[in-house]
Amino acid sequence: METYLLVLTVFMIIGSVIAIETKNLLSSVISVGVVGFSLGIIFLMLGAPDIAITQVVVEILILVILIRATISTDNTAIEKHRDNLPIVASLIFFGLFLLFSYFAVHDLPVFGEPVMKVASRYLETGVRETGATNIVTAVLLDFRAYDTIGEATVLFVSIVGAFVILRRQGRKGRGEKDVEKVGILEDEDIKKNFEGF
Amino acid sequence: MADDKIKKMIHDSEHGMTSIVKTIVRFVIGIIFVFGVYIILYGHLTPGGGFAGGVILACGYIILTLGFGKILGLKKLSDKVASVLDTAGVLVFLIIGLAGFTGGYFFLNFMAKGEIFHLASAGTIPLMNIAIGVKVTASIFAVFIALSIFGKFVSALGESSEENRKGSNEE
Repeated sequence: METYLLVLTVFMIIGSVIAIETKNLLSSVISVGVVGFSLGIIFLMLGAPDIAITQVVVEILILVILIRATISTDNTAIEKHRDNLPIVASLIFFGLFLLFSYFAVHDLPVFGEPVMKVASRYLETGVRETGATNIVTAVLLDFRAYDTIGEATVLFVSIVGAFVILRRQGRKGRGEKDVEKVGILEDEDIKKNFEGF
Repeated sequence: MADDKIKKMIHDSEHGMTSIVKTIVRFVIGIIFVFGVYIILYGHLTPGGGFAGGVILACGYIILTLGFGKILGLKKLSDKVASVLDTAGVLVFLIIGLAGFTGGYFFLNFMAKGEIFHLASAGTIPLMNIAIGVKVTASIFAVFIALSIFGKFVSALGESSEENRKGSNEE
């Protein structure tokens, strides 16, 4: 099983490198999709169907939106000239990361080994306390509902932000100019410039 | 009548993609919605839940919009309805959480647990799943609307926005 994981991880790394390096936007988006779907397969193999479903569906959605956004654009070629400093800096930090993770990983339990100090309690009492047989949902919506409400808030705020920035009504008309005054606006200015808000 | 207009729009080649896509979408769309609702409603029994099911439902709306054009898509779930549903989902979730104070603390599962493996079990968890599902459906579709139909971002990238802008001004 771990061989499969290794192969899929290497596949993901190759996909992400292609996504960064290729000059065609569409190929880049598809490579990102490769990474996501491989991650979905990994989740399935590790026995996490909940996350696998979410991962695959979200990946499809992202692919559709990104392809819709990029398919009409021309090839925006990446600049050939690159600074050396960012590359050197990221290499150094990657080396530091590897060094520290070498020491940190030593203390971690073996991969996949059921340590489960906290989770065992959920597994024992989860069904009795919540009545939900899907223990992931029980944790998500009962034991750890605070996390879920945080997640919902993040989603909500980001949607509000996207709507405010991207919606059509907020745009100026053709003849209108920018508001030049700084500070509190007159009522007429507000009416003139922010009609449709 | 509006129905005739929509019917004409469905068969019209100007809106949306080709008739191949439209036919396939007509076959698939019901299954997608049923599957999404199933994932949401059975989130406490089988793998899945509000978020995954909501994204599936949003994908259904997106496939409608892509296949049949933006007018039909916005007719099924307009941006205003989407933002209202988005807000309502969060509010319902919060209210269910606050209702736990009737029994003691925030997010208490105060309803009867019911029998295990039954659809109406697990107290408030299915209600929260539904709230999250509605919220995620509306918000993901709203993002799609904002990115592809309002077209400000997309138009800055390419020319396709030009026709988007024309189309949206005509409404």
